[in-house]
Amino acid sequence: MDQRLPISRRHLLLGAAATFGVPAVLAGCGSDSPAPGPGGNLGTVTIGSNASDEIPKKTLDTVVKGFTQATTRINTVDHNTFQENINRYLRGTPEDVFTWFAGYRMQFFAEQGLAVDISDVWQEIGADYTQAFKDQSTGVDGKQYFVPFSYYPWAVFYRKSLWEENGYEVPATLDELTALARRMQGDDIIPIAFADKDGWPAMGTFDIINMRMNGYDFHVSLMQGKQSWTDPKVRQVFDTWRGLMEFHQPAALGRTWQEAAQSLAQKQTGMYVLGMFVAQQFPEADRDDLDFFTFPEINPAYGTDSIDAPIDGYMISAKARNVEGAKALLKHFAQASSQNIATELDPGTLAASSKADTSGYSALQKRGAELVSKATHIAQFLDRDTRPDFASTVMIPSLQSFVSEPDEIDSLLASIEQQKANIFR
Amino acid sequence: MAAKTRRYSARDMAVLVIGLGVAIVVNVGVIWGPALASIGLSGTDWSGIGPIEWVGGQNYHDLAAEYPPFWSAVRNNVLWLGFLALVATPFGLFCAVLLDRRLRLSRFYQSALYMPVVLSLAVVGFIAQLVYSSDYGVLNSVTGLSVDWLGDSSVNIWVVMVAAAWRHVGYVMVIYLAGLKAVDPALKEAAAIDGASERQAFFRVVFPTLRPVNVIVLVITVIEALRAFDIVYAINRGRNGLELLSVLVTENIVGEASRIGFGSAIAVILLAISVGFIATYLSQMFREER
Repeated sequence: MDQRLPISRRHLLLGAAATFGVPAVLAGCGSDSPAPGPGGNLGTVTIGSNASDEIPKKTLDTVVKGFTQATTRINTVDHNTFQENINRYLRGTPEDVFTWFAGYRMQFFAEQGLAVDISDVWQEIGADYTQAFKDQSTGVDGKQYFVPFSYYPWAVFYRKSLWEENGYEVPATLDELTALARRMQGDDIIPIAFADKDGWPAMGTFDIINMRMNGYDFHVSLMQGKQSWTDPKVRQVFDTWRGLMEFHQPAALGRTWQEAAQSLAQKQTGMYVLGMFVAQQFPEADRDDLDFFTFPEINPAYGTDSIDAPIDGYMISAKARNVEGAKALLKHFAQASSQNIATELDPGTLAASSKADTSGYSALQKRGAELVSKATHIAQFLDRDTRPDFASTVMIPSLQSFVSEPDEIDSLLASIEQQKANIFR
Repeated sequence: MAAKTRRYSARDMAVLVIGLGVAIVVNVGVIWGPALASIGLSGTDWSGIGPIEWVGGQNYHDLAAEYPPFWSAVRNNVLWLGFLALVATPFGLFCAVLLDRRLRLSRFYQSALYMPVVLSLAVVGFIAQLVYSSDYGVLNSVTGLSVDWLGDSSVNIWVVMVAAAWRHVGYVMVIYLAGLKAVDPALKEAAAIDGASERQAFFRVVFPTLRPVNVIVLVITVIEALRAFDIVYAINRGRNGLELLSVLVTENIVGEASRIGFGSAIAVILLAISVGFIATYLSQMFREER
């Protein structure tokens, strides 16, 4: 469209309020759990949390209890509900501090003026984080808006005992991976566990193949809508992925990641590209048997220099009533000791602070931290590196259609490119 | 006796204003307002944040030409309507006719068929997963097949429609059963005396007297087909072969995506389809009354 008429917002808003007011109300009501603290001199800080699962909820409660400068009140909302209503939540009556994700997904909201610039906080806590973490907390205007708390890497997971039994070795290149997968097929093991019923797990495979073949910079600019999806480089990624499809667990679109992880735990499948949270599906006794390697090299120019490692953390909403208290709380979250509470309670996450004590880590956590420290570039995962509307309404259906018909690459990419043009305009 | 022009007292006026006024306000505020707002928003590219910009028919062009899920959703909605109207509803009528003949255990069959109706479609969705899942589903383990019933986009809509029909059949059956009980037995007797076969008696005599029931069943079937949402949302959030217009509206507007303009355009199309059916139905009703 070359001409757009600005129309009165107020009139549309009035009508729209009736239609879209309901979810906003929903977002506001969750379970209020006051955490009684001694109460410092900074009044009350409210926290909007998406940590509705048992372990993350307990973690946040414990960490916040250690904060003595102000009284705190946590409003916990169901994880998905929180995410889906974030727009209306931030425009309505948000809490002072809220849980969110790093990278483009943070920048998207910071750019709309919905978050408070916390560069002054970063002057104090900056030394505790690596440059990669700082970059992921920085908005497009060069200011910081986010404090990283925990993260988890994506890798290829496998069971050590199964691999030892069969004498499999960690592949270093794509050819070795293919050869290994062939051998597994000969041993009646499905080489690569795969599930995409929920739409997002396949994004992890796309991310890693794209970063291995075309490098981090291309990946990020593709995600930001600056590259064409019909570029031969993107086509190559899907071509390579198609070549690996015969080794993937069939019927992936009817399976959840939990079920695929179960198949890995039961040794029906040989390996699985997923986040470290895969450990949740392993019984306590088998967790020591779980190990991983980073996705093998494809293009020697990039080696294995990039991985997906989504970072979770905290931001201050633009409508916060107690900005001073909120900043103090963010500094508390940035402390290594706070983050260690989380890594102790949740075996699937790592502390974002480089000062965090890693001696209490499980073997898996130690390997995870090592993997991330070796990576030159850290991506946030497809749905966090690009516009939320593009990820959910274009990429999910498109990747699912690729999984069901891997041969239709050209028409699929043309369709993604057309839809991208409609969204990134 | 001079005819007095009737005058409303202040009290009458107050009652009138309150009685009619409230209804109008509610109607406009809850039904017409949002509907018109959706139509207005469908011509914009509003994201829920920031300025609203007018893009005219752009959204309609985008969704018809460049949004693959849209046409599969239209196709699925039509399939859904066709399946309920041509398979589930006649089957419900068939069950009702059989049960009306006072078979042995007919109460038992009646309860068994009606049971699914008390379940919400979301629950039916969860049950469907237990039956159809390719790894742990009952269907595959009993038959020894290894079909990915819910993941394969060429079969999943059919098996989901079967699950939805499972519930619809019971619903339709009960309504027809009530209708059949109300048919005067003398009509059937008269038909039998005139030498009509069972089949003729049903199609020529009984079925036409069920006309009011047929209209109700038809309306229910259309409503069920257009509002179908929960069952596919429970199964895979309405993706990969299970797209429905109602799901696409939700996906675009309610999610983090917030493509409010684009989602409204889909909602307007759903509205247009619904209005088509409603207008046909109402005009039929009014014609009858005249």
